[in-house]
Amino acid sequence: MKILILGGGPAGLYSGLLLKKANSSHDITVIERNPADATYGWGIVFSDRTLTSLREADYRSYKDITDHFVLWDAIDVLYRGTVIRSGGHVFAGMSRKVLLQVLQRRCSEVGVRMEFGCEVNDVSKLQNCDLLIAADGVNSVVRAAHSSVFQPSVSMGKAKFVWLGATRAFDSFTYIFSENEHGLFQVHAYPFDGETSTFIVECSEEVWRAAGLDTATESDTIAYCETLFADALRGGRLLPNRSLWINFPTVRNKTWKHNNIVLLGDAAHTAHFTIGSGTKLAMEDAIALANAFEQHKEVEAALNEYELARRPVVEALQRVADDSRTYFENTRRYLGFEPMQFAFQLLTRSGKITYNDLRLRDSHFMDAMDRWFWKRIVQASPCTTAVLVTPPPLFAPFRLRGLTLSNRAVLRATSSCLAVDGLPKEQHREQLVKLAQGGSAMVLTEIAAVSAEGRITPGCAGMYRSEHRDAWKQIVDTIHASSDTKVAIQLGHAGRRGSTRPRWEGLDRPLREGNWPLISASPIPYSASVQVPREMDERDMAKVREDFARAAQMAVQAGFDLLQLEFAHGYLLASFLSPLTNRRTDEYGGSMENRLRFPLEVFDAVQAVWPDGKPVSVAISATDWVRGGMDLDGAVLIAQAFKEHRCDLITVLAGQTTVDAKPSYGPGFLTAMSDRIRNEAQIPTMAGGHLTLTDQINTVIAASRADLCIMDISV
Amino acid sequence: MQVGIGLPTTTPGADRGLLLEWARAADLGPFSTLGVFDRLLYDSYDPLISLTAAAAVTERVRLATTILTGPLYNTALLAKATASLDALSGGRLVVGLAVGARESDYTAAGIEHRTRGTRLSEQLAALRSHWEEGTIGPKVTPRSTQAGPLLLTGGMSDQAFVRAARYANGYIHGGGPPHAFSNAAQKARAAWTDAGRPDKLLLWGMAYYALGDEAVETGARYLKDYYAFTGPFAEKIASGLLTTPQAVAQFVRGYQEAGCDELILFPTVSHISQLKRLADVVG
Repeated sequence: MKILILGGGPAGLYSGLLLKKANSSHDITVIERNPADATYGWGIVFSDRTLTSLREADYRSYKDITDHFVLWDAIDVLYRGTVIRSGGHVFAGMSRKVLLQVLQRRCSEVGVRMEFGCEVNDVSKLQNCDLLIAADGVNSVVRAAHSSVFQPSVSMGKAKFVWLGATRAFDSFTYIFSENEHGLFQVHAYPFDGETSTFIVECSEEVWRAAGLDTATESDTIAYCETLFADALRGGRLLPNRSLWINFPTVRNKTWKHNNIVLLGDAAHTAHFTIGSGTKLAMEDAIALANAFEQHKEVEAALNEYELARRPVVEALQRVADDSRTYFENTRRYLGFEPMQFAFQLLTRSGKITYNDLRLRDSHFMDAMDRWFWKRIVQASPCTTAVLVTPPPLFAPFRLRGLTLSNRAVLRATSSCLAVDGLPKEQHREQLVKLAQGGSAMVLTEIAAVSAEGRITPGCAGMYRSEHRDAWKQIVDTIHASSDTKVAIQLGHAGRRGSTRPRWEGLDRPLREGNWPLISASPIPYSASVQVPREMDERDMAKVREDFARAAQMAVQAGFDLLQLEFAHGYLLASFLSPLTNRRTDEYGGSMENRLRFPLEVFDAVQAVWPDGKPVSVAISATDWVRGGMDLDGAVLIAQAFKEHRCDLITVLAGQTTVDAKPSYGPGFLTAMSDRIRNEAQIPTMAGGHLTLTDQINTVIAASRADLCIMDISV
Repeated sequence: MQVGIGLPTTTPGADRGLLLEWARAADLGPFSTLGVFDRLLYDSYDPLISLTAAAAVTERVRLATTILTGPLYNTALLAKATASLDALSGGRLVVGLAVGARESDYTAAGIEHRTRGTRLSEQLAALRSHWEEGTIGPKVTPRSTQAGPLLLTGGMSDQAFVRAARYANGYIHGGGPPHAFSNAAQKARAAWTDAGRPDKLLLWGMAYYALGDEAVETGARYLKDYYAFTGPFAEKIASGLLTTPQAVAQFVRGYQEAGCDELILFPTVSHISQLKRLADVVG
């Protein structure tokens, strides 16, 4: 085959090398616009797994690479004047320039032709070949020439970063967080030979402008950063190399192939530098392409095979890299954390590495983390004696007002829809008593309606008659008598989702008969098949406030330890919070402040009768999962408002505000939302999101993404 | 976990004789269910009509659409057809629905592709109502948990999991190794719990098999042809074909561990010996 490769970076050179090795009769030419010895950038990183693949693909270049690389296994986090080191993360770094030299040498050896200093702007000149490999980088001209087929999409990161070198060889992958009068700067640094390190400086756009870096020259930038990071550099200098401040472009393409053209490396895909290594992806692409051609003689079949093999791997990495990028765009949120926890947050940022994974990599670090968590979080003041033997974070007690929970796990009951006139029956008792024996610190009841018309289904439990209170009291007493488990009750009003059939018949299906009238913030039905609710007037609101207060009063008498108000999932109070369901023009609708007004009035009415020593929590939908609806920005404001009214805990839920929500149900789907609300609004949170493993709970709790976790372990 | 078998309605060379013989043989055991696919633009038999023919010659085995491309059907007519099939089979019908994967089927049927998700949701809600009310007769057989057939939804989007939780009795996965099923099952469970469903979530799965050396190549060739519309993915599906008794047994075990309630194994070769071979492994 006649093969043309546009781009003499790692992707281009490595694919040329491997294809020529597989079949020396191939006529292969690499066309590169820079001179042979020029390059931008400093060092590149490989993981140990990549190195194994390289060894199998081409031993000679692998040998050269290992002769020139630097190996390390620690990650250091420099923050607030301390260094937190954890080990067990194996990386190899080398100079990009040296890598290219190694690959150029190998290409020469096997007979791949290389043309340097050759810029191609008209891709039609590259037609005369059997295969065109477009390895021409992030701004690929080949991709641009056929963009209607490849359909590229580029999403830009929010932060500004500049890729520098440093004349100090760090001995680990180093993260530096430094604040000055302009704001927060962060550094990602790693050694790549005995004397030099990559040194990437990152900051938000506002900080970048505040520091005047938007108009700075290269040497201005160097001077600024050398001053800011003088401590970490320890006399070392920073080195530029055509370094400009840019935003990170995440490149995706609908397809990577078109007839006899294939995209490789950055031309096809990029992933944020905090997780993705462009060089690693490029060289793995080359390996996959060579493998594909080994299996298929025909170009089309081989390119199909290549994309089929690589796409899922690349897309999975891009998702993880996206989470990591988002983390680094929001590190301001965690500046109140102590160094140990700050480091743990960073290490577990992408969801791929958990508490247990870190324990495997470095048990000393994780023991220290456990001890730190226990001491700092559990003991109110800095302790004078060192506590040496501590349980994992899952088992750390938690105080909410006068209530002490013995661990961070909560089990919740699902409504059986078998209550009669709101009266909890034997099934309710059995379910809760059984859950209370499950070992969690607390059990949470289903939603108990504050009035008959506030029930979701006729089988909903209630708390509006003295019989209800007595039945609940019996359950609470049984649990308190036999264990330390606390019992929390959820109070709610179904609003426009009321008067529906038991949920084993499906959700939100109107009753065949015996429907009762519905009320809501605005007269918008939940779906086309249910009744239109009445827009609440002052009398309706007064009644609902009274009903909640009375139910709370009964909850006190029944002996519940914690009270949760259900203001989520599109029920009555949620209908006030979301702009999708609240179209009111009085003081209870419109602005966020107005939409919060009635929910806060209900909350205050409940607080007035709830004992001072017992906590109150509010469940909210942190997002409606609908464009134009409630989002995380709004959820943080709502959490802050409730905090001001002395709410102790926010339970983070999502969606169900309207039927057309577009949810996402990956594991721990509520964790990131809880993290944001907790650490921006500075209020404790409880999060579920289908958490089923203690590893997940430990990871969430240790990083303070939530303070309590609802576990969905099936009985 | 129960194991069912597909009816060979989409494999080349399947004729009346084979289909009826196959249904009768499946009825004798050990299979719990007969499954059928729905593919408009392909040399294949209509799923509901195939199941009706099977209903007439069987007594025990359940009859399941895995899956029907719901939005292609007029809902009221579909309610009538399924109610009729349920009655004529003596209450053995299971209805799995999804939006399907092929736009070409929508074009051929003259149905708008863009709104298929909304249509499917409406259809799921309406079907259950029709079966309950019985105005579009005949009366369906009541089961212990609901009036009429079990309703399952399929698909890989998050909406598929939401639909299961809102409207259906369970979720049916479109095929893949046990870990792929497990990932989907977790999401289905998350949606189910989030919706506060008090009843049990049913989880179904499916896979392809071809047992016997002479069958493997034929089976793989059929799969590549059937899935040619997916482009490169066809190879991947063909490479997942279960071709030995050990592979089948391991696969079944994997699904069982992942919490699957019912696994339907679809033949890829139109020969009755394929049913007998699978019965030997499963029985």
